[in-house]
Amino acid sequence: MIPAALSAVALALSACGSSASDESASGGTSCVKTDGDTIKVGSLNSLSGTMAISEVTVRDSIKLAVEQINDNGGVLGKQIQLIGEDGASEPTVFAEKAEKLISSDCVAAVFGGWTSSSRKAMLPVFEDNNALLYYPVQYEGLESSPNIFYTGATTNQQIVPALEYLKEKGVKSLYLVGSDYVFPQTANRIIRAYADANGIEIKGEDYTPLGSTDFSTIVNKVRAADADAVFNTLNGDSNVAFFREYKNVGLTPQQMPVVSVSIAEEEVGGIGVENIAGQLVAWNYYQTVDNPQNKSFVQDYKDAYGANKPTSDPMEAAYTSVYLWKNTVEKANSFDVEEVKKASGGVTFDAPEGTVTLDGDNHHITKTARIGEIRPDGLIYTVWDSGQPIEPDPYLENYPWAKGLGN
Amino acid sequence: METVIGQLFTGLSLGSILLLAALGLSLTFGQMGVINMAHGAFIMAGSYTAYSVQEYLVSNADVSLLVSLVIGFLVGGLMGVTLEVALIKRMYDRPLDTLLVTFGVGLILQQLARDIFGAPAVDVTAPSWLSGGVDVLGAVVPKTRLFIMLLAVIAVVAISVVMRYTPMGRRIRAVVQHRDLAETSGIDSRATDITTFFIGSGLAGVAGVALTLIGSTSSNTGMTYLIDAFLVVVIGGLGQIKGAVIAAIALGILNSFIEYSTTASVAKVAVFVIIVIFLQIRPQGLFTVQTRSLV
Repeated sequence: MIPAALSAVALALSACGSSASDESASGGTSCVKTDGDTIKVGSLNSLSGTMAISEVTVRDSIKLAVEQINDNGGVLGKQIQLIGEDGASEPTVFAEKAEKLISSDCVAAVFGGWTSSSRKAMLPVFEDNNALLYYPVQYEGLESSPNIFYTGATTNQQIVPALEYLKEKGVKSLYLVGSDYVFPQTANRIIRAYADANGIEIKGEDYTPLGSTDFSTIVNKVRAADADAVFNTLNGDSNVAFFREYKNVGLTPQQMPVVSVSIAEEEVGGIGVENIAGQLVAWNYYQTVDNPQNKSFVQDYKDAYGANKPTSDPMEAAYTSVYLWKNTVEKANSFDVEEVKKASGGVTFDAPEGTVTLDGDNHHITKTARIGEIRPDGLIYTVWDSGQPIEPDPYLENYPWAKGLGN
Repeated sequence: METVIGQLFTGLSLGSILLLAALGLSLTFGQMGVINMAHGAFIMAGSYTAYSVQEYLVSNADVSLLVSLVIGFLVGGLMGVTLEVALIKRMYDRPLDTLLVTFGVGLILQQLARDIFGAPAVDVTAPSWLSGGVDVLGAVVPKTRLFIMLLAVIAVVAISVVMRYTPMGRRIRAVVQHRDLAETSGIDSRATDITTFFIGSGLAGVAGVALTLIGSTSSNTGMTYLIDAFLVVVIGGLGQIKGAVIAAIALGILNSFIEYSTTASVAKVAVFVIIVIFLQIRPQGLFTVQTRSLV
């Protein structure tokens, strides 16, 4: 009974899917209205479910950017009208809501998504409708859609620099811990390839289901393995349990530092700074980055959402993505998707992380890599940076050791 | 040897967490037959109680845990009683509806927590007397986990004593074994239902407070343990505290050893497969309660 009903739904869905692509093939179906005083854009973030913990802050910074742009005269003389949708931490909901934003709200661009599964679910929707998605989170790379702009780091701007930093520090062996889904699995494949080429031993590789909160076995394994450092790709609530356990069995950052790629300022509070102080993270932006753009971004954010709210990398990337869209639209002098795509190469923005430039071919942006240390005040301070923005290389084509990872 | 001891403790500790989460269910689900999907939300309420107590009542982390355990029990219990009186009592003969309604209540409570405390996880500082670990034959066992084991033992002993030796316990057992007969002998079965629900949900609150020591305190706290807790009750045999204890510890140890030799995901699958096979052989669980009712 249920399987029959399900397959009927699946049939109906696939029928819809194919008709949508037929339409776009037959000459574009954009319903974006550009004749009024306003232009609609969408934000699509999980406001409920397990990812809400992170994605609400991204929604907030998108809103902040939109308000700032509106206060300064809008885009091409039009005020931006932001339509917010809730992806509910479910990839299928993300795809549905994306379809709604594009087809019934007729937005010119959508900002949002966090998990790679949500992005992968939305990708065909944006490609079939020839619409635009700005995706603001660091991810596992190996992707480049003509309809998505990636304003978070790809692997050569985050994971590879982190590995180079560890190697420089004399790390000879690593233990890999991650959540069981696409980002950690792919990231660890890249780490293994790098380790093989650079004589670093991988002492163990463990995954736990997303949301898992019992780490005593894994921490026992890590402790027994006695690696020089731990590379942590856990996501969400699991980090809290992991670091508490890590500290309670007596492991310290001096003995075995943990480098995390999914813990930003917002998460430090929930983990408890006493459990994680001294550990390392790899990102492209911290609240403490010292430049005038960041000072005013942090100030504006705190004015809008509260003095105790930290700013973090994905928030900054989301904020930057709205401005990059604005700058591209102004360069193209059009809201049309094809025009925006064509104009995107070389578009820059003086972002809080430093100046970023859009790459017109792979739709990623240049980013400065920064290794940060979590200090007892709960903030993250840069202990190393790449000096200059790194060109995005989502398929790691310029890294000989990464050969064969792309497929 | 060191790893075997370490994993043994990990298993025992996982078992005691499952037990704390399942003990309340073994009363409400096991004794009363109510499938209360909001039980996970009561666990979450316990966690947020620990947070609120530390934030607004007793800021000294060394003391606040103990205060939270008491208040967490009351908060969980009162929420349970409210749910019982407002909704569940109207559907005692409609188990499927109860399941859906309590699931909905759970979702509402989760969203409520998100609205009140915000979406990001909050930090409950563990008392300093529980920081660090104890060396047991070369394996380091975190003190927080020892504390949770102790708490589980205390909870089991307390429940067993209440059920076996107090008039209240006798009334609960009487109502479970034969409601009509119990009523005929002068027992107020409604009052008994409410008491059972109070204790069962209160234990969820206690489990929530304990969970703040090892996991994160967010609106998802508790939900992850809900399914496992139901499994413990089903494997143990409905209404059997003894069964729940054995089932929880067996699941914990099984899980920790399989996880050590494979991965967390494989362990989860393997444990489920073992449970399915076990229930094929023994659908009634480890122990069964003898009743005179026809169902």
